[in-house]
Amino acid sequence: MTTYEQSVAPEVETDLRRRSIRLGDILFKGIAIAASLVATILLVWIAWKVLDLAWPAIQDFGLSFIWTEAWDPVTRDFGALIFIYGTVVTSLIALVIAAPLSIAIALFLTEIAPRRLAAPIATMVELLAAIPSVVLGLWGILVFGPWVRDHLEPWIQATPLGVLPIFSGEPSSSGIFTAALVLTIMIIPITSAICRELFIRVPQELKDGALALGSTRWEAIRGVVFTYAAPGIVAAVLLGLGRAFGEAIAVNQTIGNRNAIPTSWFEPGDSLGSKIASEYVGATSVEQASSILYLAAILMVISLATNVIAQFIVVRFERARRAV
Amino acid sequence: MSQLTQADPYDITVKSNGLRRRRIVEKVFGLAAVGSALLACGILVVVLGTLVFKGFSALSVDFFTKPRPLFGEEGGIADALVGSALIVGMAMLMAIPLSVLVAIYISEYARPKVARSLKVVLDVLNGVPAIVVGIFVFGILVVGNGQSAVYGAFALAILMLPMVARSTQEILEVVPRSLRDASFALGVTKWRTTWNIVLPAAIGGILTGVVIAVARVAGETAPLLFTTSIAASVVSADVSQALPTLPVTIFIFSESPDPGEQAAAWAAALVLIAFVLAMNVLAKLFAGRKRRQLEGS
Repeated sequence: MTTYEQSVAPEVETDLRRRSIRLGDILFKGIAIAASLVATILLVWIAWKVLDLAWPAIQDFGLSFIWTEAWDPVTRDFGALIFIYGTVVTSLIALVIAAPLSIAIALFLTEIAPRRLAAPIATMVELLAAIPSVVLGLWGILVFGPWVRDHLEPWIQATPLGVLPIFSGEPSSSGIFTAALVLTIMIIPITSAICRELFIRVPQELKDGALALGSTRWEAIRGVVFTYAAPGIVAAVLLGLGRAFGEAIAVNQTIGNRNAIPTSWFEPGDSLGSKIASEYVGATSVEQASSILYLAAILMVISLATNVIAQFIVVRFERARRAV
Repeated sequence: MSQLTQADPYDITVKSNGLRRRRIVEKVFGLAAVGSALLACGILVVVLGTLVFKGFSALSVDFFTKPRPLFGEEGGIADALVGSALIVGMAMLMAIPLSVLVAIYISEYARPKVARSLKVVLDVLNGVPAIVVGIFVFGILVVGNGQSAVYGAFALAILMLPMVARSTQEILEVVPRSLRDASFALGVTKWRTTWNIVLPAAIGGILTGVVIAVARVAGETAPLLFTTSIAASVVSADVSQALPTLPVTIFIFSESPDPGEQAAAWAAALVLIAFVLAMNVLAKLFAGRKRRQLEGS
């Protein structure tokens, strides 16, 4: 019975089957393409929407908002300079401390530590990245901040560096410096993880060659590993910087939230992300609300620019490596 | 005579000052590397130790079963736990299917150039600050409609998308070419091969990425501030309204001068970090499973 049916119209059946097969493939591919388009559109939409939200403020305050040092809800004077200063200075301090530490950690994990030790330490550094920013901020303001005020800051003031105006004034538990150190803790795991990936991919024969020529381990690292991975290290550091620029919560908890540019790094200030986060309950005037959106637009432009530059370096680096 | 030996560059018996300097540099480098690694581990231990030390005493059954107190009464974080679970769950439902499809497109269908551009798009999306994502969702949804747990979940989903898509795509590309070829040779179509062969082979790695992304967004505060932060402290499952969450609760308590609320913040932070660590252990287990499976095949 069945054989009979099959033999009646074999061509029709295979044709139908083939068509349904093709339909499944086309449908699946179509859905996958649509999903990718959604992801791409989302990125463009975020960039466009945040600028669109800030547009009334941009028209109202003009570009001079960016370099105006003011934030007074009473007189309705608003500017972004205080927060740009806070963002840039905290992130750069964090970067200067975190970059050498991260590279050293990555070198320890790839070049020095025996494998049995490297794996658990790498896991611990990963876990450092897993601590939510709000938890790190809580620790930062209630435990780390007071320690910085009582020990670290007086110690810095006692060294010859203490004469610098940035280290002057009364030590305080929350301020630019505390926030910068918390940011340092946040970006070390990110930067060191990327550096580790880079160092692992340096060909072993290059390192062996340098060692065979009689160089010390450090000389082999400086001459071979750093040279080979230099663009990647720059990208890793920029990605860490992008993360520091964008961090709102932990900075909000530790920077002290003061609407002024402090002379000393030990004094409270504020950053872009932190200021936006502070205003979530609702701004008190239309100007204030739109100023917050303006700050968000500035933050987005800064961190997108940092990220795009980092990505550009990564892509070029990979292309060069493939060419080799 | 001694002048001659010093000038002779081929005499390897001469101990030059250069060598001593090089040895010192080598020692300093080694110590710096070990010290940096110890410092990072030390910070982790100190932070976790502080959380246990300060948070553990405030933990009790009531802490998990009662909502937040209004004024100084005894209470807990049940409202925030329910809110966080619902919001993260919804974010997973929104983000995971889309992320996996994007990953499939990149690794199975897209031409190399398109694949590379999409990876850059995802990486840049991953770099958008969480607070900016919060402002975006505020702008497109919250303005006019008010806060709601769904909008908070949507903001978290935007953060999850690039993380899960990238980790899934990377694992799909590790699935051996031979598995696909064998399937094609049997006449199986491409989409069925992807669905029945490639995805199951990569499931351990995909779950690892998902779990790590869940751990990340469960602790995110910034995107929730503008989307689901102004909420009554009662246990509620009405996702059309703003719900309290664990991170926002910790954030608000952490800036409170009241020692009682600070103690609650520590305990809540301990609960959050316990969840995050558990997720990371789970991720390691999945990752181990994936390795065994791929080795077996």
